[in-house]
Amino acid sequence: MQTKRTVFHSRILPYFLLAPQLIITLIFFVWPAAQAIWQSFLRQDPFGLKVTFVWFANYTRLLDDPDYLNALGATFVFSVGVTVLSMGLSLMFAVAVNRLLRSGRFYTTLLVWPYAVAPAAAGLLWWFMFNPSVGIIPYLLSFLGYEWNHRLHTGDAIVLIIIAAAWKQISYNFLFFVAGLQSVPQSLTEAAAIDGAGPFKRFWTVVFPLLSPTTFFLAVINITYAMFDTFGIVDATTSGGPSQSTNILVYKVYADGFIGLNLGPSAAQSVILMLIVVVLTVVQFRWIERKVQY
Amino acid sequence: MVENRPFLNFLTHLVLILGVLMVVFPVYLAFIASTHGPTDFMSGIVPLLPGDRFSANYGYLLGTGESTAGAPPFLLMLANSLVMAIMIAVGKIAISIISAFAIVYFRFPLRVPAFWLIFMTLMLPVEVRILPTYKVVADLGMLNSYSGLVIPVIASATATFLFRQFFLTVPEEMMEAARVDGAGPLKFFRDILLPLSRTNIAALFIIMFIYGWNQYLWPMLITTEPHYYTVVMGIKRLASVLDGDNQWNLVMAGVILAGLPPVLVIIFMQRLFVKGLVETEK
Repeated sequence: MQTKRTVFHSRILPYFLLAPQLIITLIFFVWPAAQAIWQSFLRQDPFGLKVTFVWFANYTRLLDDPDYLNALGATFVFSVGVTVLSMGLSLMFAVAVNRLLRSGRFYTTLLVWPYAVAPAAAGLLWWFMFNPSVGIIPYLLSFLGYEWNHRLHTGDAIVLIIIAAAWKQISYNFLFFVAGLQSVPQSLTEAAAIDGAGPFKRFWTVVFPLLSPTTFFLAVINITYAMFDTFGIVDATTSGGPSQSTNILVYKVYADGFIGLNLGPSAAQSVILMLIVVVLTVVQFRWIERKVQY
Repeated sequence: MVENRPFLNFLTHLVLILGVLMVVFPVYLAFIASTHGPTDFMSGIVPLLPGDRFSANYGYLLGTGESTAGAPPFLLMLANSLVMAIMIAVGKIAISIISAFAIVYFRFPLRVPAFWLIFMTLMLPVEVRILPTYKVVADLGMLNSYSGLVIPVIASATATFLFRQFFLTVPEEMMEAARVDGAGPLKFFRDILLPLSRTNIAALFIIMFIYGWNQYLWPMLITTEPHYYTVVMGIKRLASVLDGDNQWNLVMAGVILAGLPPVLVIIFMQRLFVKGLVETEK
């Protein structure tokens, strides 16, 4: 791994410099994670008197549990929904801003700030918009003959959290798409134009393929976001309901661990989530290595 | 732009105006709702123009709070959030910049394992290891304290990477010159590296401030005394109690209060924010 050609010589100073970061990492990251892994192999009796080592029983039970499978499904629908909706809209806005010269900055300012809104606050904003008794969207939908109620209809609930989560992520995707579009060489689009390609054809055959590294990177980031950073949105709006339709994995770990106090199964869920993060992180870093060659 | 097409220009602005509307409208509606009295919702549809209860609602929340919902005055929660966010941002930057310095400017045994250990924190977000982490913090007696709010989330792989990448681009000659002039590592760090990293620190501070301000699950778990509540968790309590009373005006005023500070930071420091966001993902 890289250092400077010449380095300072000191036996203890580097350890002192690293100590704060490493101590916190060990106490609050590595140790709890190790605990979670250890506990995922244990089972406690209901009175907390006896602990037995059960190998993979917690995992097999989890994978047989219809509630868990349901949570997996909900997470899948949710992540894909958020990623597609948010990236689709952001790409559209980024392409539009990229066409403009001066007013682009103005629009950018108006589009980027939702990044700063807390997930819980974003959830509440949309929860209000969709409020079945006073919300404006159910009011408009009622003219179309649709009766919106995310407290009763499972489909409505998941649409609500997808929209809230995608709304918050638009600014992030937008900024990265704009950066990606700006690095597409102008000469290529001009050459395509001379060959007679119209604006839409130019976009799909020249610009979009060149944007694919950005798109792939954002897809990974968005899936990670939807899976792990949306706890606040779910907790503030649907709390996993109705009938578990929005009980995504990260919310279920919390609900089973803190409210249900099911240590073993909750720890097994934590370990599965960690594995998912590891896979996503590795994919993301592979992408960075590849990008260097561009 | 390759050629001038009026229709496409029109379409561009149309798309963007619709986009801005979509992004802004929920907040506009929340603001409007927050300026009305609770009875204004009885007719069954949200008003679209501001009401006259702006100062009454906000004054009530900021000064008195909603004790039935277990929410202390918002001024207190805002102050707590501010303290927490600044401490998290400063702490993350401080411990990351010195670890990056150690990793780039020294060669010592365990350097690579230390780097990987820091890297691992990326793979362990709080949400996936809540229960055991909570237990560690409880055992250390850090529940209901600022240190409990801040220290467990203060390690940062992203910040360490950012500073590492940046230090690697600092010309070798800088350090050689400093060494020739007799500067030790700490003097070099303070007089040369820190001033050079100023923009990076500022950009990172914005990202980390927003991250700190928007902490939700962690403060919710470890604070049980209203004295330590932060505003983002506070609005959720407000919402779950006041929903039954149809007091959405107060809930939305709370949401606006909780969201305003970080949004203002982004709007006024947009250049640094964009830099911070794009660089941390490299």
